[in-house]
Amino acid sequence: MAELTALRSQVPPAQRRAPLARRRRRRQALQRWVVVTVLGIFFLLPLYAMVEFTTRAPSGSGRTLDVWRTLADVRSLADQYPDLLDGLVASAELVLLTVALMLVLLVPTMIWVRLRLPWLRRPMEFVCLLPLTVPAIVLVVGLAPVYAWVAYFLGPASWTLCFAYAILVLPFAYRALDAGLQAVDVRTLSEAARSLGAGWGTVITRVVLPNIRSAVLSASFLSVALVLGEFTVANLLSRTNVQVAINLLGKRDPSISVAVSLAALLIAFALLLVLSLAGIRRRRRGPRAGRTDEPVLAVTPVSLEET
Amino acid sequence: MSTPAVSAAVPAAGGGSGSAVRLEDLHRSYGDVHALDGLTLDVEPGSMLVLLGPSGCGKTTALRALAGLEDVDRGRVLVDGRDVTDMPASKRDMGMVFQAYSLFPHLSALENVAFGLRMRRVGTAERRRRAGEALELVGLSGLADRYAGQMSGGQQQRVALARALAIRPRVLLLDEPLSALDARVRTQLREEIRRIQLEVGTTAVFVTHDQEEALAVADQVGVMSAGRLEQLAAPQEVYDRPATRFVAEFVGLSSRVPATVRDGRAVTAAGEVPLLPGSADGPRVDVLVRPESVVVTPDGSPGSPEGAGTGARGRVVHASFLGALARVRLATDDGEVLAQLPAVDAVGLGPGTAVSWRLAATAALAVPPGEGTS
Repeated sequence: MAELTALRSQVPPAQRRAPLARRRRRRQALQRWVVVTVLGIFFLLPLYAMVEFTTRAPSGSGRTLDVWRTLADVRSLADQYPDLLDGLVASAELVLLTVALMLVLLVPTMIWVRLRLPWLRRPMEFVCLLPLTVPAIVLVVGLAPVYAWVAYFLGPASWTLCFAYAILVLPFAYRALDAGLQAVDVRTLSEAARSLGAGWGTVITRVVLPNIRSAVLSASFLSVALVLGEFTVANLLSRTNVQVAINLLGKRDPSISVAVSLAALLIAFALLLVLSLAGIRRRRRGPRAGRTDEPVLAVTPVSLEET
Repeated sequence: MSTPAVSAAVPAAGGGSGSAVRLEDLHRSYGDVHALDGLTLDVEPGSMLVLLGPSGCGKTTALRALAGLEDVDRGRVLVDGRDVTDMPASKRDMGMVFQAYSLFPHLSALENVAFGLRMRRVGTAERRRRAGEALELVGLSGLADRYAGQMSGGQQQRVALARALAIRPRVLLLDEPLSALDARVRTQLREEIRRIQLEVGTTAVFVTHDQEEALAVADQVGVMSAGRLEQLAAPQEVYDRPATRFVAEFVGLSSRVPATVRDGRAVTAAGEVPLLPGSADGPRVDVLVRPESVVVTPDGSPGSPEGAGTGARGRVVHASFLGALARVRLATDDGEVLAQLPAVDAVGLGPGTAVSWRLAATAALAVPPGEGTS
C-alpha cells in the first residue's frame, strides 16, 4: 500500500487529472446529444406528421405525391385555389411594406434618441414593448375603428395591414436594434464624424447604420417571420394573407392546406437561413475583431393564432 | 515628478497653418454643477495648449465647447477673431482625437483617414494621396488596409490622429488621447504627437489629467479647477512658480513646512526660502516645498548640516527606489516631508535612519497654516 501511495505521488498532478477530465468531457458530450435528440424530436415530429398526412393516399393505404404535385403547378393552383395565390401575394407585399415601415420609423428614431435625447430611452422602450403585452384580440378591438378610417381613405386592400403589423413587430425589432446600438459607441463615432464635417444625415447613413447592419437584418428577419405567421389581425379585420388563405383552404381541402403550411414553413426557414448566412459572410469579409455585431437571428414564422 | 522636458520649451514652428483661439467667459452648468465657470483663455497660433486638471474640473467640457460638441450657456468661442459659438461642429474645421477609440469599425485605416476629405468633396485620387500622406506622417502607411479591430490601441490612436490631421484643421483637439494606452506607448505617442504638431504647425489643444504628459508636450499649460483657469503659463513656470495653492499642490508633489515670514522670506526649521508672488500674508504660514528642494544627509556624513544652524533633524519613514532617483519620506518635528535625491545618495536610507534635512533656496509658495492637506 505504501508503495502504491509512493507511486501515485510520483505521477504528476496534471496526469492524474487527465482521466477525470476525459470522463467529464464524455459525460458532457452525452448530455448534449440527449438534449439535441429530445429537442429534435419535439420540433421534427409535427413536421413528419404533416409530411405523412399530405402523402397519404385517398384510399387510406399507400403513399401519393398528388397534393405536392398540385402545389408545384402554380397555374393549376391559381385556377383551383385563387384565394391561396391572393394570400401569398398579399403576404409578400405586407412583408416588404412592414419591414420598410419599421426600419424607416424605428432606426432613425432610436439613433436620435440615443444621441440627442437619452432621457427618452426608457419611455421609448416601454412604448415599443407594449404591443407584446396586449393580446392580439384586444389589439384588433382597438384597431377596428381605426381601420374603418383607413379603409375610408386607402381602401380595403390587404396591404393596409402593414400599419398594424408595424406596431406588432415593434417589440422584436426594438430589442434587436437596441442590442446592436448598445454594442457600438454610437456617441463617440457620431462625434468623430461630425468633427470631420459630416452632417446628421451622413452620420446616420454612413457611420451608424453600417455598424448596426446585423441588428437591422435581425430586426428585419423577425418582422418577416412575424408577418408571414400572422393570422388573427388579418382574419378579424377581414383582410387576406397567406395564413388566412391557408385557414380557408383547410376547410375545403385539409391535405392541400397542410401541404401549403409545411411549404410556407420550409420556404420561410430557408429564406431566413440564406439571409443569415449572407449576413455572416458579409461580416467575415469586413473587419473581424472589434466588431460587436449581434448574431443574426434565424427564426421561423410564428402565428399569432395561438396568442 | 521629473522636471519638464527641454523640448517642451521649444516654441511652435513658425506659426504654420494654425489659428488663434480665444475662449471668452465660457459658462456651462449641468444642474447645480458648474462645469465651466467663466473660463477665459487664449491660444497662440501654432502652439500647443494643454488643459490640465483633476477629473470634473471642466477641461473636457471646454474642449468640447471649442469643438462645437457641447453648447455653452454663456460666453464666446473665437477662432481667428471669428465668433464660432453657434456654428455646428461639422462646419468648424477642427480635427479631434478622442479618448475612446473612435475609428469607424466598418472602414479601413485609409478609408477612415479619407472620411473627412470625402465630406469635403475632395476627388478620389487627391483623397487617397492625402490620406496616404497623413498615414505616412504617423508612420502607419503599411497598415492602410487594416480595420480598427486589427490594430492595437496605439495604432488606432495614430490613425485617429492622421484622420484629424488629413483635413488640415484650423485647430487640432486632443481629448485625453493617450489615457487608454499602456505607459510605454503613451510616452512614445505623446512625443510623436508633439513632433507632428510642430511639423504641421497647427494650433493644438490637448486635454489631460496626467501632469507629466502636460509638462512634456505643452507650449502653455492651463491648469483648471472647478471650471476655472487657475494658471496659464509655460510648463516650467507652472512647475516652478505656481500661481495658486491649487496649482502648487496639483502639479508635482509638495510638502507643507511651517514657517514664519520675515522680510519677504519664509524662515523654517530647515532654512530660509524666498516666497513666490501670491503667497499668503501673515506672520505664520506653511510653505509648499518640492521634494527636489529638500536636501537630505544621513547623520554623521561629511555633508551633514548638523550644527551648522540651517538643518533640521528627521527620521526616514519610507524610501522608494524610482530608477535614477529615490523618494524618501521623512518624519520631522513639523510633520512628514518628502525628499527626492539621486538613487546613489539614498543607499542606506532605510526606515528608521536618522537624517538631517534642509531646504534649498528655491522660491516657494506660502499658504495659510494648517489648511487642507499636502
